Amino acid sequence: MTEDSIVPLGSLRPGDRAWVLSLAADGAEEARLLDLGFTPGSAVECVFGSPMGDPIAYRVRGALVALRRAQSEKIMVTRRVQQPHRGG
Amino acid sequence: MTVQRPPALFSRRKRLEPGCTGCQVRLAPLGIDAAGCDFVIALAGNPNTGKSTLFNSLTGLKQHVGNWPGKTVARASGAFELRGKRYKVVDLPGTYSVLWAARAEEEIARSFLLQARPDCTVIVVDSTLLERNLSLVFQVLELTDRAVVCLNLVDEARRKGLVIDHQVLADELGVPVVPTVARTGEGIQDLLEVVAAVAAGGLETHPRRLGLLPGTSAEKRREAAQLIYREAQALAARVVRTGVPAADDWGERIDRVVTSKIWGFPIMLAGLAAIFWLTIVGANYPSQLLAAFLFGVERLGSSLFQALGAPGWLTGFVWHGTYRGLAWVVSVMLPPMAIFFPLFTILENLGFLPRVAFNLDRLFQRVGTQGKQALTMAMGFGCNAAGVVSCRIIDSPRDKLIAILTNTFVPCNGRYPTLIMLGTIFVAASFPPAYASLAAAASVVAAVLVGIAATLLVSWGLSRTVLRGEPSSFVLELPPYRRPNVKQILYTSFVDRTLLVLERAVLMAAPAGALIWLLSNLSWEGRSLALWASELLDPLGRAVGLDGAILLAYGVAIPANEIVVPTMLMIYTGAGMLADVSSLAQLRAVLVDQHGWTLLTALCLMLFSVLHNPCSTTIWTIYKETGSKRWAAVGALLPLSLALAATFLVAQAARLLT
Repeated sequence: MTEDSIVPLGSLRPGDRAWVLSLAADGAEEARLLDLGFTPGSAVECVFGSPMGDPIAYRVRGALVALRRAQSEKIMVTRRVQQPHRGG
Repeated sequence: MTVQRPPALFSRRKRLEPGCTGCQVRLAPLGIDAAGCDFVIALAGNPNTGKSTLFNSLTGLKQHVGNWPGKTVARASGAFELRGKRYKVVDLPGTYSVLWAARAEEEIARSFLLQARPDCTVIVVDSTLLERNLSLVFQVLELTDRAVVCLNLVDEARRKGLVIDHQVLADELGVPVVPTVARTGEGIQDLLEVVAAVAAGGLETHPRRLGLLPGTSAEKRREAAQLIYREAQALAARVVRTGVPAADDWGERIDRVVTSKIWGFPIMLAGLAAIFWLTIVGANYPSQLLAAFLFGVERLGSSLFQALGAPGWLTGFVWHGTYRGLAWVVSVMLPPMAIFFPLFTILENLGFLPRVAFNLDRLFQRVGTQGKQALTMAMGFGCNAAGVVSCRIIDSPRDKLIAILTNTFVPCNGRYPTLIMLGTIFVAASFPPAYASLAAAASVVAAVLVGIAATLLVSWGLSRTVLRGEPSSFVLELPPYRRPNVKQILYTSFVDRTLLVLERAVLMAAPAGALIWLLSNLSWEGRSLALWASELLDPLGRAVGLDGAILLAYGVAIPANEIVVPTMLMIYTGAGMLADVSSLAQLRAVLVDQHGWTLLTALCLMLFSVLHNPCSTTIWTIYKETGSKRWAAVGALLPLSLALAATFLVAQAARLLT
């Protein structure tokens, strides 16, 4: 597995995969992201964007979850190029 | 990794006598009647796990729908019997977490588990998303000893090539695990047996506990979430075997089209247009049948009264006033609702509506709200009161309030007949016959667009003035496309939406019918009160391009938009009761030749109809949903002043130009 530097989730393009490193959100927003499985160490994949480019749908723990750019900018990730052992 | 198994947070309670008076005592404060029940069963789960489908297949038609006390969160409870024992089933709100109670629905689920202490909690799990769903399973197991995991949607998992070893899962969790397909009934009998055994204490459970403490700081919560998901991931990795999918994952391919730049909007518009077309065309004939029947009853009733020698005023008041108002509203309102609501629910269950919210979110972001508002607007096309209730899907309190206050700008079913009539008589008439019907349809579409523009404009205004605040967060799960359960939808949309709306409308329409009858039948100095009142309102009416009779009709027909035009015709013709005319030509004669309507009158009336005050059922619903008289007043007066201002400007501008 090769890794890039640390980038916000919002900078991924459809098809890109990454690991979650940290969340910069707080309060109810952080709580909801944690509930949905955006915890540090989780695998995410950028799947597709909406017609106007925002929000964007991500695959996390098997589920498809749409986040606005304002949220996805608060999730720091590190890119992964190859499939990890567990699959997407 | 070692997992601590701390002692149960709550000691197992003593079993009360059969017939369970304890159930009644514990459930009564929650507004649930558990009389005669032996056991209480709770259903918990993430949203989109098929929990409602399971609830319906367990309880059948024996269910009671309402709200949780003091909350605008829907509550459904029902009951079933198994071998002589009665089980009360309570459907908890779908939640992603239950330990921290950050949201109303989480608070409800949590306090139900702690206070009502169900004899068995069924945790419904989407088998295709085991890892994510296990997060809630672990949390529920912190709060209760007696639980069963219902591994639902296993058919979908099989299609995806996922095989779940439910024995190992049960061993690891310490509670029974039953694979099911709630939609087809597969595994339901097994589930019932296991639930019965756990509820009766015959099957011991030793839930695995992670030692999470509820209600702690953000830091602790962060750690807890990490711990939960680490466990969930490890457990899912142990029990889920990923094989070769039996079929392609066509869902993602559909998504790429439905959310694409080119097709996204056309597909959404086509879907919405199809619903309207089916509703309007499909409701036509049933409406006529229903009207023929209900007005037949009126004739029968009034001749019965006459035969019995009842005074004329009593017959008039009861049959031509109260009953006629009610019959009119029911015959115009019921068929479109009975068609619109199930169609809408089918799109909802199909998974299409979350995609609509996804596609439109950016547009609504610009006016300071979010994509789910589009769904509440779409619901408003059926009925604004139902649209206001549907605003519950919006998490952010601010966005929800804006959506509630602006819902009335989308014209409901009750307003379409007026718009179509005006478009046909006035707008179409100004075009060559070949284009007439096209022009009529275009004018109705234009009216709808004006309503949508008003929604966006007022939302923008509200979010930048009185409701200024942080931009809301928007996190939306896009569930997989699923085949809707049509039978269940027909039932639930009829009971939950159609009957409820109809009941409220009937409660409002009958008194309105009575009042309207009195207005046109009580007279002073030889003229009816209706005539006096419409003359009084005439100057104001003229200033906004309408007339006194129209304003009076809007005033007294506030309980239901369906009777605005009949009331207007009653005033114009002095009929003494809600009136209809048999043909468009006749209608044209009354409006144009006798009462001087012009294209300007029609335009102003279309504008007024789209922007004007919501019906009293909607105002009442705004009050119930916001819990505030102030917001209900804003919800009523804001559209009214906007409608008066807009029609005034149009009327004055038109008069200046001609």
